[in-house]
Amino acid sequence: MDSKVESPRQLMRLRGRSYVMFVLSPAMPIVNWLEDIDATLARSPGFFVGRPIVLDLAAVELSTHGIAHLVSNLESRGVRVLGLEGVEAGLLDASLPPLMTGGRPSAVELAETEKVVEDKLPAAPPSLLLQNPVRSGQRIVFTEGDVTVLGSVGSGAEIVAGGSIHVYGTLRGRAMAGINGNSAARIYCQKIEAELLAIDGYYQTAEDIGETLRRRPAQAWLDGEMMRITPLN
Amino acid sequence: MAKVLVVTSGKGGVGKTTSTAAIGAALAQRGEKVVVVDFDVGLRNLDLIMGAERRVVFDLINVAQGVAKLSQALIRDKRLESLWLLPASQTRDKDALTEEGVRDIIADLRTKFDWVICDSPAGIERGATLAMRYADEAIVVTNPEVSSVRDADRIIGMLDSKTVKAEAGEQVKKHVLITRYDTGRAARGEMLSIDDILEILAIPLLGIIPESQDVLRASNVGSPVTLNDAASMPARAYSDAARRLTGETVAMMVPAEPRRGFMDRLLGRRAA
Repeated sequence: MDSKVESPRQLMRLRGRSYVMFVLSPAMPIVNWLEDIDATLARSPGFFVGRPIVLDLAAVELSTHGIAHLVSNLESRGVRVLGLEGVEAGLLDASLPPLMTGGRPSAVELAETEKVVEDKLPAAPPSLLLQNPVRSGQRIVFTEGDVTVLGSVGSGAEIVAGGSIHVYGTLRGRAMAGINGNSAARIYCQKIEAELLAIDGYYQTAEDIGETLRRRPAQAWLDGEMMRITPLN
Repeated sequence: MAKVLVVTSGKGGVGKTTSTAAIGAALAQRGEKVVVVDFDVGLRNLDLIMGAERRVVFDLINVAQGVAKLSQALIRDKRLESLWLLPASQTRDKDALTEEGVRDIIADLRTKFDWVICDSPAGIERGATLAMRYADEAIVVTNPEVSSVRDADRIIGMLDSKTVKAEAGEQVKKHVLITRYDTGRAARGEMLSIDDILEILAIPLLGIIPESQDVLRASNVGSPVTLNDAASMPARAYSDAARRLTGETVAMMVPAEPRRGFMDRLLGRRAA
């Protein structure tokens, strides 16, 4: 019996697909333009990560050598050049990225990361409310924002906040506000008998707090590098 | 419904053991069935104050470790039938106590008594945390001076975080008992005032016990002050505190300086 076995052959299939690409258009002088790129990278080092680009050379006149030099300069900064545009085909050799044509402009959302931050800002900054007195030996750490205590803060207790600290009872312990470098943070209390007050690393101990202020409603704030404690009302 | 009450302070020497014995006896005098439990393993004192030191056979650790039965370790007071003592071990230390052991003993005592009063050791370590662990209520003992008040504040914080009740989201009911209150020194402003203490601690006042030789005398003869001399000032203050614990409303007696008689004033003698 004769049988014919045909080996299954895969046909090469070509498919079309379009991508949105970022296009960089260098300007003369190239050195200055590269400095701008460096500045962008300094601000957001991950800017070009996962974002290959097309180089539009229409605005500059470069030799084959010049183009090769520019491409390698970009690659060394982590910018991958996928194709070139606006240049004579004859100028390109095999070592350079291919020539691209027929590109159409499209709207791209560039600053994704910055946008997320903006979206979050309008939401109320987080704060921690403590309904009970803070007792000696207790340490409340809340780096995300303000701390409000309805009762008193006992001698030997400690409140650490990223934002401001509000104490509606007597503050006898230690209060440290703005610990993440927030110099605008303040400490407010109904009656000041604090052992230590600190804002953004600047502190005063009980000894530094004027006797006239003691047992009165007061606030502490930073005036440059000076901590000021002033009576409330 | 049995109540587990811890007598605690943080600071040592403020009168926890004296207060445990006095309040335990005062409650027993009112017909309540009371056991006082010494948690000061290694430095036991409650047996001395209760005058039972010569009758200790088994102790808390023996029961916790299953060496003895609870009924073998409990000592009945010779003066009051409804007052019992569970002594601590003097030869061991606080590490001999386990959380499970304490839990089982407290659960057992709850079924047998109206009041289980735990005399806490000083400090904030294992002994003190285990004494308060299963408490329903707490008496925080403090003297009218700053170090004792700050330690009391620390202990209140622990009552609010380290007890079974606190972990279940409930509150241990807390009272402050001010002991060794000296009227003369208070008048001269040498001590914290009652108002200052209450403002700092922010918990209800159970009683004010005046500084008195009667307390020392009672301790030396091994008798709770409420039994030794029921008419004395500290005994009356402790009895009032015990009545407040049972829910009675009793007017607070703030100890006043003893009035000097006409002859004393005339002769310019100092009143004691």
